[in-house]
Amino acid sequence: MSTTLAFLGDFGDAIDFVFNERPSPAGGAEVGGLAEMWELMRPHLWLSLVSMAIACAISIPLGLWLGHIHKGGFLAINASNVGRAVPTLALIAFFVAFLGIGFWNLTLALVLLAIPPILTNAYTGVTQVDPDTVDSARGMGMTGAQVVRRVELPLALPLIFGGIRISAVNVVATATIAPLAGVVTLGDPIINVNTYGDEGRLAAAIVVALLAVVTEVSLGALQRSVTPRGLKLQRKEATT
Amino acid sequence: MSSWIAQGGLQIREDPTESCEADNGFCPDWIAENFDRYVDPFFEHVYLTVVAVAIGFAISFTLAVIAYRRRWLINPVTQVTGILYTVPSVAAFFLLLPVTGRGKTTALIALVAYVLLIIFRNVLTGLDNVPDETKDAGRGMGLTDRQLLWRVEVPLAMPEIMAGLRIAVTTTVGLATLAFFAGAGGLGGQIFADINFKSNVVVAGGLAVLLAGLLDGLILLGQRAITPWTRAAAAR
Repeated sequence: MSTTLAFLGDFGDAIDFVFNERPSPAGGAEVGGLAEMWELMRPHLWLSLVSMAIACAISIPLGLWLGHIHKGGFLAINASNVGRAVPTLALIAFFVAFLGIGFWNLTLALVLLAIPPILTNAYTGVTQVDPDTVDSARGMGMTGAQVVRRVELPLALPLIFGGIRISAVNVVATATIAPLAGVVTLGDPIINVNTYGDEGRLAAAIVVALLAVVTEVSLGALQRSVTPRGLKLQRKEATT
Repeated sequence: MSSWIAQGGLQIREDPTESCEADNGFCPDWIAENFDRYVDPFFEHVYLTVVAVAIGFAISFTLAVIAYRRRWLINPVTQVTGILYTVPSVAAFFLLLPVTGRGKTTALIALVAYVLLIIFRNVLTGLDNVPDETKDAGRGMGLTDRQLLWRVEVPLAMPEIMAGLRIAVTTTVGLATLAFFAGAGGLGGQIFADINFKSNVVVAGGLAVLLAGLLDGLILLGQRAITPWTRAAAAR
């Protein structure tokens, strides 16, 4: 394996690390290999998934409701601006220093990180719905809740998924520095380079980069699939 | 500073602020005495942010202006910069290490790669939103394509361009906190050095947030200064 990848230099060593075990430079246990990479990726995915689930559960209903009553736009729009100004490392460090390390403290930090883009997009998505469409839904006798569920939510779905996509990529990226908060993820070889060695660190960087790109691409595909057919037709007309 | 050193170890231990430090607490006295150590990282942070955004702006503005005339370029440029935007910056720093080595160059390449998509998209949207009537009027006055671009289209696209620049700057301040992984210093190195110490985290993190707000405000002021007509239109 290592001879066939030799032409890739350091990158070849790193790819070799993903597939084959080797002794740790610090001595002791073996590091590397597919089994270990999976052991690191599983908590990485779980942490990201839990954080995203909580963030969605909070920000989608809130964004839909604020958008439905056309209030709180200042909060919904500026959440993103404030969220962007707080560095993720500072946010996590703040939680570690004030609440301590641990899975749930870190999850809370990631939830805070993930909420703003989803909230802003859910709010924008609902407020962008044509007022005539909402009026005709009401004219058909729909209640407020029905308008939200059958008209505003479907029409806002593409934007909501856009927000989820931004947040998910961000959360997957930030979960890389989770070992700082005592949670072992794919970032462990990056932070604890003494245990895994340089090739382990590069291997982790490659896997994290791929994971982020896969997240982006698959959520992008999901976003297209949830776009109502009417909206797609409308867009096609708009471009031609 | 020198008097503080002269106090000696034993005396400092008896100092009430010392217990605050031992608790990893939030200690205003410690912050006042140790603020010096944040000055250099702060300016490293400013350097990384400003240089990365400046280079990123130069590249993506040029790309956007070219793609504005040659539409077929939009998709490939968006896809390539989109991938660069998606790769987490921590990963990007280490992916670049074997190629460019440790240091500011590596950090700057990763940060520049990250802002390309943001600025490209905003410049292009700004140019596309210039009303056709305005462009026709410019052509009717005998402006060449080049004159039309610099005297009509770019100025009218300024609000969107500046909005992109503001997003790019605040994002880059955040990402530059991770630049210490590439050996480029910055405030993140300070946060990482003692992540359990509340005083340290608050000062280093606070300075980063402050810097983001400061640069954001500066660009906003700059935008107001170079687009006086937007205020005139709002007042009408």
